Amino acid sequence: MDGLHVFRGSREVLPGISLTVPRGQVVGLLGPNGGGKTTLLRSIVGVQIVAGGTVTVLGEPAGSPGLRARVGYVTQDASVYSDLTVRANLTYFAALAGAPRTDVDRVMEAVDLAADVNTRVDRLSGGQRSRVSLAAALIGSPELLILDEPTVGLDPVLRRDLWGLFRRLADEGTTMLVSSHVMDEATRCDRLLLLREGRLLADDSPAGLLDRTGAPDAEQAFFALIEAEAAA
Amino acid sequence: MNPRLTFATARRVLLQVRGDHRTLAMLIAVPCVLIGLLAWIFNGTPVFDKIGAPLLGVFPFVVMFLITSVATLRERSSGTLERLLSTPLGKGDFLGGYALAFGLLAVVQALVATGFAIWVCGLAVAGPGSLLVVVAVVDAVLGTATGLFVSAFARTEFQAVQFMPAFVLPQFLLCGLLVPRNGLPHVLELLSDVLPLSYAVDAMRTLTTQVDAAGDVGRDVAIVAAFALGAIALGSLTLRRRTP
Repeated sequence: MDGLHVFRGSREVLPGISLTVPRGQVVGLLGPNGGGKTTLLRSIVGVQIVAGGTVTVLGEPAGSPGLRARVGYVTQDASVYSDLTVRANLTYFAALAGAPRTDVDRVMEAVDLAADVNTRVDRLSGGQRSRVSLAAALIGSPELLILDEPTVGLDPVLRRDLWGLFRRLADEGTTMLVSSHVMDEATRCDRLLLLREGRLLADDSPAGLLDRTGAPDAEQAFFALIEAEAAA
Repeated sequence: MNPRLTFATARRVLLQVRGDHRTLAMLIAVPCVLIGLLAWIFNGTPVFDKIGAPLLGVFPFVVMFLITSVATLRERSSGTLERLLSTPLGKGDFLGGYALAFGLLAVVQALVATGFAIWVCGLAVAGPGSLLVVVAVVDAVLGTATGLFVSAFARTEFQAVQFMPAFVLPQFLLCGLLVPRNGLPHVLELLSDVLPLSYAVDAMRTLTTQVDAAGDVGRDVAIVAAFALGAIALGSLTLRRRTP
């Protein structure tokens, strides 16, 4: 990503960002609400109109037709059909991805929804719904998964399980780009991107970040970076 | 377009409708109730034979317009459309899937409503009854295509529902059902010439009055189908992969 520049309305959300996400790692995109995380992720998926800069994904320009089966995207809100069952939703997304039907069972196991396959999505809890949305993105085993706050509203056990799943997927070679505003999730990432008001405050490994700021945890490190920036 | 993806989308849309029993029941029952009411009101007069068939063409257009505009508005606002367009699904597959699903529903609706009108209410039809069904289905596809297009201009479901009177009632007033089109003021007659529902009603009227109707009806059906294709083309312009 080089010099990415995005306006939403008349507001300049990303005033020019350059960064590289290494393959096969879990990369955390952290920062406060309204800092441009979603806009950055949408630009990588190729659904955001950008004013300038280039975004190259898996060797192709973002949003090119060849990438559509190779990139999975989960929006913040569960974008699945609430009037269909879990299985009907996943079967449809499997058909779109050209994935075999066995994939449906695999992803339902992966997000721990196998017990609710025949339940309509609107009868599920918020956390279950967002897992259906995540499962839909896992179908077809995309090479790059872009997840916008996938753990919001989930209980601690589920959050731990999902981060375990992200780790497993990365170990199998999937590149994971996961946004969150919960700083304690930073320790589960291989690499961290700290985004605030459209500017990249850090692009480092968790250990490197703590070393550089001398802070005891990611949250403190983030505050230290903000203060350092304000002082400069 | 990819037939596999189009069929998968049509199947998904039909599954959604099947899960909604009340919508399904209304889709089939409401036209029959209205036709029955009409036959009853004009009992013993020739009016029902005159306007019964044209109304069989109007119902599927109105119903499919409403259902599609709300359904696609939901896709736009729930984020599912954005998700679909980030998958290998093409815009043509999306539009084709909706047209196919609602076209199939329209076949069922038209068969039931036409059968009810002819056998229960005694509607007199000079031409072949099967053509009534064909015209009704083309009207339904037109309604689907128009509904899909206008859903792009609605932000809320309240707005989408109000597009029905805004788009459909003027066509209903001008389509020749209330006053024959050649009896309208000249400007309105010209206006009615460029509205698709006029041709749908013309086709239905020809069918009820002429035994050998296929030629004229074919021409009218072709015009309605052309309008439907035009609306689908306009609708595809409103499906954007990239949004602000």
